Amino acid sequence: MTTAVADHHHDEVPKGITRWLFTTNHKDIGTLYLWFSFTMFLVGGAMALVIRAELFMPGLQVVNPHFYNQMVTVHALVMIFGAVMPGFVGFANWMLPMMVGAPDMALPRMNNWSFWLLPFATTLLIASLFVPGGGPAAGWTIYPPLSIQGGMGVDLTIFTIHILGMSSILGAINIIATILNMRAPGMTLMKMPLFVWTWVITAFLLIAAMPVLAGAVTMLLTDRHFGTAFFSAAGGGDPVMFQHMFWFFGHPEVYILILPAFGIISQVIPTFARKPLFGYSSMVFATAAIAFLSFIVWAHHMYTVGMPLSGELFFMYSTMLIAIPTGVKVFNWLATMWRGSMTFETPMLYAIATVALFTVGGLTGLMMAITPADFQYHDTYFIVAHFHYVIFCGSVLAMFSGVYYWLPKWTGHMYDETLGKVHFWLTVISFNITFFPQHFLGFAGMPRRIPDYSLQFAEFNMVSSIGGFILGFSQLILLWVVIKSIRGGKKATAEVWDNPEGLEWTVPSPAPYHTFATAPEVR
Amino acid sequence: MIVSRFKKLRSAIVATAGAGMMGILPTVAQAEWALNLQRPVTEIARVQYDLHMLIMYIVTVIGIIVFGVMFYSIAKFRKSKGAEAAKFSHSTKAEVLWTVIPTLILIAMAVPSTKALLLMEDTTESDMVLKVTGYQWGWQYDYLEEDVSFFSKLATPQSQITGNEAKGENYLLEVDNHVVIPAGKKVRLLLTAKDVIHAWWVPQLGGKKDAIPGFINEMWIRADETGTYRGQCAELCGKDHGYMPIVVDVVEEAEYMAWIEAQKNKS
Repeated sequence: MTTAVADHHHDEVPKGITRWLFTTNHKDIGTLYLWFSFTMFLVGGAMALVIRAELFMPGLQVVNPHFYNQMVTVHALVMIFGAVMPGFVGFANWMLPMMVGAPDMALPRMNNWSFWLLPFATTLLIASLFVPGGGPAAGWTIYPPLSIQGGMGVDLTIFTIHILGMSSILGAINIIATILNMRAPGMTLMKMPLFVWTWVITAFLLIAAMPVLAGAVTMLLTDRHFGTAFFSAAGGGDPVMFQHMFWFFGHPEVYILILPAFGIISQVIPTFARKPLFGYSSMVFATAAIAFLSFIVWAHHMYTVGMPLSGELFFMYSTMLIAIPTGVKVFNWLATMWRGSMTFETPMLYAIATVALFTVGGLTGLMMAITPADFQYHDTYFIVAHFHYVIFCGSVLAMFSGVYYWLPKWTGHMYDETLGKVHFWLTVISFNITFFPQHFLGFAGMPRRIPDYSLQFAEFNMVSSIGGFILGFSQLILLWVVIKSIRGGKKATAEVWDNPEGLEWTVPSPAPYHTFATAPEVR
Repeated sequence: MIVSRFKKLRSAIVATAGAGMMGILPTVAQAEWALNLQRPVTEIARVQYDLHMLIMYIVTVIGIIVFGVMFYSIAKFRKSKGAEAAKFSHSTKAEVLWTVIPTLILIAMAVPSTKALLLMEDTTESDMVLKVTGYQWGWQYDYLEEDVSFFSKLATPQSQITGNEAKGENYLLEVDNHVVIPAGKKVRLLLTAKDVIHAWWVPQLGGKKDAIPGFINEMWIRADETGTYRGQCAELCGKDHGYMPIVVDVVEEAEYMAWIEAQKNKS
């Protein structure tokens, strides 16, 4: 009986809702992940607009401070755990098996489960906003003792993090198993596309970092309800220990969000520069070096917590070190463009914008590494500007680049290039209107996570809010482009672009439901 | 130059925003489009300011080089201009160069930063000790050697926050009881908190430090000039985190002594 079902499964694409509920197909699961990610991107974006509306001018106009804090917290959690991480797992599901010449992911049933955990987890998180006491309001970092004070919403958030962490770990195990075991003959490790490399390293980061967060929030839960005092000085604990645990997860997390993005643009830039990626092996080693360093820099998020001098010096030096492999990557992308023969379709525009604006975020990051200066920057809007340059311009713009790059392979139709370019320019310009002024706000002394501010910050906040609304609504264009490309348009060839490299371009567009039933030969 | 352009932009925004926003015009008119850190008035704040400017110049130059190469490539190596793609895919010389040069820049940055940290963390030989306790939502100050203690809370009326009254000049940056310290004296601050973590920050006096319940952190201030300096809590501490400002009056020593006497007599 099972065999019969399995055989049938191989013949045709299943129909109806059960196709999506019970699917073990990496392309279907990838599609689910990507739609889920985009939905969360809009939900988190709507919360960002609540924040920007309140900050449009001084005084309280739109929400009360407690709800404002909930928006700040849930916006971050939704974007990080709901939009960016699942988005990259979506890319991984769709592309990794095709890139290494495997028929599917190594653990297809687990793959289904790791996706279907997500909607339940984020439902818990969103539901927390409607329970008595409201959602989590201590920032996405949920530092105790403030997070101990919160209501039931904090418990729901803790369970959300548990479930999301489980999903991430399952996804990471699957990715490692696929990449290490299912490569086509001849696909040696040092022949793997860079996106595959960055993902296998990211997967190891996930497995190492997520359990630490799970442990920290579990301790928070027992502090809240079961009389322990891990994080309470009154009971012999230490609130700062939570911060160490959180950032021991949190800093690798930053690279979990950015390394797959590096992978995507390392695929895109060579294609449109018509030139091989510069310094492939140094890219691989730089990625590994960043991953290693990400575990020994965590306390640079907490310079002002009152560490001993030796601790401050150690974390300053180790943080500065990260600039070196990151610089290598940026220079390699520039060298790939150098003396190429470039065209500027939407994926390439997004890839270039990623490199340019991620560099801005990287350079402000270097400024923060300088501990004495960070005593001024810490917890100001300078930090807010910095991490939006890194996460939005690094991760999200790279995902946009990837969407436009592979959309013809997914749907079989070319996307609307004009609309794509409109989406690009609106996004990039409005992003900078929103976030560039926040550097100045931070310098001038505006703390982050405040619903109201003194008058000297009024102008730049107004500019920032105007940019924010343009940025938010511009994303609907992407939705339109994707739907249009699903429904029709110019037929895409198997190669789609001008002689791109990679096994995914050897299969027809749209990619058949099952690819590489027989492994391809890699020269 | 930049400022005047911003001013034009400002009037454009105000004009387009229309009559519905007339109420905020007065606040917009007195603002300053500040672009940089506030003017430092202590040694630590000055060291931080100088390091900040140094690293900012360095990253600006790096940024200009990266963007320069990028825009040159975009302009020059276009297929539409008949550019032929080269075939090279690595160059050991270039890769060594762009690993070594950043390393040297970082070492050059690490030296003054280390010196600055050593200065900041040296709280010895202080002239007086001020204990700062954060609570939800205000500050308590204890002059440990003088037996003077008081609370300091936001003084901005609620009606200004809700918009029923025009916002004053120091909106959200005014308190009922100012902290007073003497100019030219090394003041050692002991920071702690009653409930959750707060952070005490007056930008012009130097960096911030967390105030953590159950623990005592320290920092020090030596203000060069008299004046009133304003700051805020810098660590999310709940609903009214945005409403717990700090106001420090730096005064001449004689004036400080008189103030302390008056405080003692009050209690």
